[in-house]
Amino acid sequence: MTTSSAYTPTRQISPWRENLRLVLSYALLFLIALIFLYPFVLAISTSFKTLPEINERPVALIPQTFTLEGYQRMFSLNVGRWALNSLLIATIVTISNVLFAALAGYALTRIAFPGSRFVFLAIIGTMMIPGIVQLIPMFIVLKSLNMIDSYSGLIVPKMVTAFGIFLMAQFFEAIPREIEEAARIDGANRFRTFFQVVLPLARPAIVALVIFSFQGSWNEFMHPLIVITTNQDLYTLPLGLAFLRGGLGQNLQWNALLAGSMLTTLPMALIFLFFQRYFIEGISYSGVKG
Amino acid sequence: MTPALILFAVFVFIPIFFAIYFSFTDWNGISPPAEAKFVGFENFRVLLFEDGIRRADFFKALKNTAYFSLGVVPMQTALALLLAVVVNQRRLRFKSFFRTSYYFPSITSSIAISMLFLFLYQKNGLVNQVLETITFGAWEPIAWMADPRGLFHIIFGWFGLTLETAPAWMQANVLSLSVWDWLSGPSVALMGIMLLNTWTTIGTMMVIFLAALQDVPREVYEAAEMDGANARQIFFKITLPLVRPTLFFVVTLGLIGTFQVFDQVYVMSSGGPAKTTLTVAYLVYRNGFTNSQMGLAAAIALLLFIIIFTLTLVQRRITEGKKE
Repeated sequence: MTTSSAYTPTRQISPWRENLRLVLSYALLFLIALIFLYPFVLAISTSFKTLPEINERPVALIPQTFTLEGYQRMFSLNVGRWALNSLLIATIVTISNVLFAALAGYALTRIAFPGSRFVFLAIIGTMMIPGIVQLIPMFIVLKSLNMIDSYSGLIVPKMVTAFGIFLMAQFFEAIPREIEEAARIDGANRFRTFFQVVLPLARPAIVALVIFSFQGSWNEFMHPLIVITTNQDLYTLPLGLAFLRGGLGQNLQWNALLAGSMLTTLPMALIFLFFQRYFIEGISYSGVKG
Repeated sequence: MTPALILFAVFVFIPIFFAIYFSFTDWNGISPPAEAKFVGFENFRVLLFEDGIRRADFFKALKNTAYFSLGVVPMQTALALLLAVVVNQRRLRFKSFFRTSYYFPSITSSIAISMLFLFLYQKNGLVNQVLETITFGAWEPIAWMADPRGLFHIIFGWFGLTLETAPAWMQANVLSLSVWDWLSGPSVALMGIMLLNTWTTIGTMMVIFLAALQDVPREVYEAAEMDGANARQIFFKITLPLVRPTLFFVVTLGLIGTFQVFDQVYVMSSGGPAKTTLTVAYLVYRNGFTNSQMGLAAAIALLLFIIIFTLTLVQRRITEGKKE
């Protein structure tokens, strides 16, 4: 923070007006923070309430009788299996995404091969195609390859993304070639240069990509929705949650549904709290400044 | 590199040409794709030129999506910019707390959040109770997600204008929907989803704006203050022009996002009540995957792509026009 006493304004803003503005700002910002956070607090509290209490006092913050009913019900409905599926899929997708995106991004920025420019533009161009438009093509291919209702159908199509390649390519572009040339002169081959020199330099981009891939995969809904048609053992958490909401009809068991929602939210919340700096930085890498 | 390219070709490039092909067939999505019959422009004719339920549904979905986008994009952009400017104040403390809490909803699962809002939107839920409190009891609780009344219809009603008293031209049929229907505005249920969508995206957009604002040198503001500019002048004469490129990026992001809203509709309303939350994206899914009309769904998806692409181009044209 710089001190503002270094100059004298020609028109003095009265200090009380300045302070009033600050007070109003705090009031507004805390109010909005409440709007963003309170629903989560209420959801956590409700997930520990009994059903009759939820019907009677749906907005009360503290449960009158504390119960694990909702969570027990969730786990009796296979939510553990769905959570494991989500974790497994998100982990594989994240690792392969980083690996493929780093390799492809490097090749596209550093190795000139015939048509490399065209390939790059074609890949980036697909980022313009909205997800909903890709839904049917994706289904056609998965059906033709017999990958409907399988783990491979959930994982393989997500193993590399245009966004990942774009992010890595942008980052590699900014790394001076002289660094690699120096390593080359010292006798390192292309692979060693890549793994020991370039990749460590791209750490911020890789961290951002890890976070985005994991988050994307963990929260993904549309893709599993069309891939898994019958086998409930292959459900991911969001898919299972949506299925339960449909299956329960009008009589929604809110403690169970909100328990499931909070279980789905918790892992991302923890990752976010520990790595929030990278989330925020990641957003600014992803094209805003590019 | 090569494996990435192959994956990409198999799951992105080639399928898109398939999808274009299937939009000219009567494929039901269940039988082997090879058995689909080529029907020419039939799907497009039914969607655009034949008076009937399929054209009515398509334009209803388009109307709902347009209202959704017209409501959400300005709302989220303006609020995100406002918050970014307020949070960016030099003397403000707890900055990272505010940034964290605003951004938090953006990282959570859309399905979990939709479930949570479904709970809050109940007749005796939090949203109604808060509205009741701040209006000192004047607010009549409503079952948000079951309410098909259009916002503009409600407002017309205040002036005594209802379907029965509407002039003849309002009853006229345009593209399988009456003018009265076209002018409905978003339904209460759709507004519920719009508020939710705004709530979850503001954080991301605020962070994008903050990144842009932090690139503006402090001296610029200090110089303006020295010259006696007030807060409003500083915002409109300095901040806004400087973040203009970011503003257009955020609007593009918002347009693309709102034109394919799906998850929330799936969980919260399944397109109801009275099809007032039927969006184009949901219509694609419903036709293709629950009504076994994959060919028709592919045609809708193709039309949606053309619409989004055109909007992006128009918006880019406007951006470039403004720069000169």
